[in-house]
Amino acid sequence: MATTSKKNPVDTIFSFVTGAASFTVIVLIIAILYELVHESAPAIARFGIWKFLSSTDWNPVKESFGALTNIYGTILTTVLSLLMAIPVAIGIAVFVTEISPNFLKGPIGVAIELLAAIPSIIYGMWGLFTLSPIMSGYVEPFLKAIFEDVPVVGILFQGTPMGIDILTASIILSIMIIPFTASISRDSFNLTPAVVKESAYALGTTRWEVVRDIVIPYSKLGVFGGVVLSLGRALGETMAVAFVLGNNHRITTSLFDAAATITVTLANEFAEADNDIYLSSLFYLALVLFVMSFITLAIAKFFLLKAERKYSR
Amino acid sequence: MTREQLRKAEGFAALLLSTLAAFLGLFWLVFILGDVLVHGIKALNLSLFVNDPVPPGVEGGGLRNAFVGQLLITVGATLMGVPVGVLGGTFLAEYARGRKIARFISILADIMVSVPSIVIGTFIYASLVKPIGHFNGWAGAIALSIIMIPVVLRTTEDMLSLVPWTLREAAFALGAPYYQVITKVVYRGAATGILTGILLSIARVAGETAPLLFTSFNNSFFSVNMGQPIASLTVTIFQYAMGPYENWHEQAWAAAFVITIFILLLTITGRIIIKWRYK
Repeated sequence: MATTSKKNPVDTIFSFVTGAASFTVIVLIIAILYELVHESAPAIARFGIWKFLSSTDWNPVKESFGALTNIYGTILTTVLSLLMAIPVAIGIAVFVTEISPNFLKGPIGVAIELLAAIPSIIYGMWGLFTLSPIMSGYVEPFLKAIFEDVPVVGILFQGTPMGIDILTASIILSIMIIPFTASISRDSFNLTPAVVKESAYALGTTRWEVVRDIVIPYSKLGVFGGVVLSLGRALGETMAVAFVLGNNHRITTSLFDAAATITVTLANEFAEADNDIYLSSLFYLALVLFVMSFITLAIAKFFLLKAERKYSR
Repeated sequence: MTREQLRKAEGFAALLLSTLAAFLGLFWLVFILGDVLVHGIKALNLSLFVNDPVPPGVEGGGLRNAFVGQLLITVGATLMGVPVGVLGGTFLAEYARGRKIARFISILADIMVSVPSIVIGTFIYASLVKPIGHFNGWAGAIALSIIMIPVVLRTTEDMLSLVPWTLREAAFALGAPYYQVITKVVYRGAATGILTGILLSIARVAGETAPLLFTSFNNSFFSVNMGQPIASLTVTIFQYAMGPYENWHEQAWAAAFVITIFILLLTITGRIIIKWRYK
């Protein structure tokens, strides 16, 4: 336990300076919230809260704005990317912790970390120039041919595959969040006590049964926290999707349609907003995104802390 | 099939699938990096670094303005973000060690690390661009420093916590005041770790685009004036890649190549230092 001797004046000053530096975190969060609320006040006054969140209007000419198309796009791309990323990420974690020979563990760990280090703009650019043509030329026509006439599921595969659409954006997003989920899952898996696993092996279980019935149940809190953290990351990802989502303010049902997320709308329209209520509505969107991601990240942190406490017991 | 064979088959299938997942991850890395390398090397030439942009349609030209602008913004962000982060982390790990407030700030900083960077861009626009009346380089640097602070702060806190408490007690026993214990004993013990954290945080912000879009904006002319709009590599990549001209696309690839190599080198250096120091 730290005991600060207040007798030395330099020490008092140093503790104040460091204290002030650490409080910038709190100050920044309050300042962000304050500025966003302050700037979006005209839009809040004009469109209200519920009406703004539930309106699909996004019409700069008529000065009528609603967030629903953006929220819809944000949630849809996030959920799709999670669905694609989670199985792969958990598979990677299982491989690294349980299957991989030792000489492969390092390189695959490094590869996953590098995947996380690549800036999002590179993902976006690669998506636009490389992935998007592949999607529109091969993958999407193939999916369309198989699923278009299937009842119910077919709705997802209507329209002309252009490559600039929800599916392409979700795939890029999923590649981006794989590293987060994978590394947290791996760390959680590694915390499973070896004794418990060895006891299971002694009873004659297979390697997969140990993973399924011992490792995953033991580490589910941590894995869940990792998944929610990735969710928070995906909600706020901008550049990776800005290139390949189009900027289409409509509620669409097909994976081959362009859409808009909150981040993409901000990136494309913020610097061009030419009147006050337009700009204010964009600030309002930023506020919605800030609140959404803050709550998600807080939940993730809650589960990760709970997991930490459980394992350290 | 007997029950045993079924269990074995299920196990085999599951383990095969997770092996495939690992190779899928590798595949994406190789695909993306390979693509950036191939396109980037093709577009790389000397005039990229020594010339400024020319109007579309004119051959040649480079991105000197963006390289210099990126450097200024990143250095500015580092000079502002690192001291605040290191000092803040010091408070959490030393003066407030074990207190509720330290835990609270630490959790908030962890959340701040993942707050969408574009939201920070809008915040800086409201507080530093709108009142001044025009986009400016400082706004971009400050936006990036806000992203850096929680990263550096958390690493510093963790690294200082790794320094054994007995080391501090030894220094206290010699009569040293706490600030001297921190600056002369604790910082020395944690220096490598903190430095690595700083390297990784630079790697993190060097690739940021969203917070620069409406803070430092862009500038097609060479400028070192941080009070005015200033070009950056990332915003230039966004503009050029979305633009209609073939030579813009090539230059965007070249810029993407340079920035990717820079960030990967920083990241790998950081990892190597961690491995060498904390194995």
